[in-house]
Amino acid sequence: MHELSIANSILDAVRAEAARRPGVRPLKVGVRVGELSGIQPDALSFSFEALVRGSDLEPLALEIEACPRRQRCPECGQEFQVHDFDITCPGCGEASTHCVSGDELDLIYMEIEEA
Amino acid sequence: MSKIPLERKVLNENDRIAAELRARFAEHGILCLNFVSSPGAGKTLLLERTLEQFPKSERVAVLTGDVQTDNDARRLARAGFPVKQITTAGACHLDARMVERALGDWRLEEIDLLLIENVGNLVCPASYDLGEAAKIVVLSVAEGDDKPLKYPAMFFRAGLLILSKIDLLPYVPFSLAAARENALRIHPEIEILELSSTTGAGFEAWQTWLAVRRRAAAAGFQRATRPTQAQV
Repeated sequence: MHELSIANSILDAVRAEAARRPGVRPLKVGVRVGELSGIQPDALSFSFEALVRGSDLEPLALEIEACPRRQRCPECGQEFQVHDFDITCPGCGEASTHCVSGDELDLIYMEIEEA
Repeated sequence: MSKIPLERKVLNENDRIAAELRARFAEHGILCLNFVSSPGAGKTLLLERTLEQFPKSERVAVLTGDVQTDNDARRLARAGFPVKQITTAGACHLDARMVERALGDWRLEEIDLLLIENVGNLVCPASYDLGEAAKIVVLSVAEGDDKPLKYPAMFFRAGLLILSKIDLLPYVPFSLAAARENALRIHPEIEILELSSTTGAGFEAWQTWLAVRRRAAAAGFQRATRPTQAQV
């Protein structure tokens, strides 16, 4: 349960961005969470809301974009989404495919208004 | 109202410190390994047995993380190598800053191998880069052989899986084959070893793995410090 630390890092980033733009107020922050990131989106939202409540950033909102695991086949080049941990290429049956996305924990954007 | 693109890692600050640590380790030819597992998988005993087998002249140091107590540091210190306990006081993982602080007064030029024992937790330590060359995930046969599927983030990020406590196999329903298959489904490139720290079975392969990685770290160090190469 390190989502509280992660939520805190997100708020630190928002504060740092806001500090560089005097006179603006952050309203929302967008975060990309891959399914291999080890972050549970519900726990992250819960932690985020708990930290924002009563803080200088209230009523900052969090939008989470869930990112599934995708693999690329080195044989036929097909890219596909992984279901039930099956990383076999659905195109040609190659068993050893490479991960191209799914471990993200990224800040994507911040929505602001003039304060 | 307007939208500003950010596009960077949430753990930017941790990753920045980890990158600095990695550069310092490379500069001193240090191989740094980050041991992770659920509580009770046998990280500390594996490290105790590993340290015992080194000659006293070996330049090894250990950082060990726990939520409370310095019990592990006291166990590991018996081998005679420098050991420092990081007590996280509640935090469920080590982060790069804790490692940076703990290294504090150690002279890195006197260390070749740095072993970091993370807090026993198969979830949170996966997110934090400590500047290590590899994460080593320890999974004991007293646990479930489907753990790689339940905790994919950790197995996805680990370079080596050590299946530990294999002396218990006759008494538990654990399938080594299923554990291997599950780990490879999450991470096809992961290396896998099986051992028992109690009986010593499988230790030779583990020592070989370690020796190969240490030679690679030392060779990289020598290449980087040789002046003719540095100019290229």
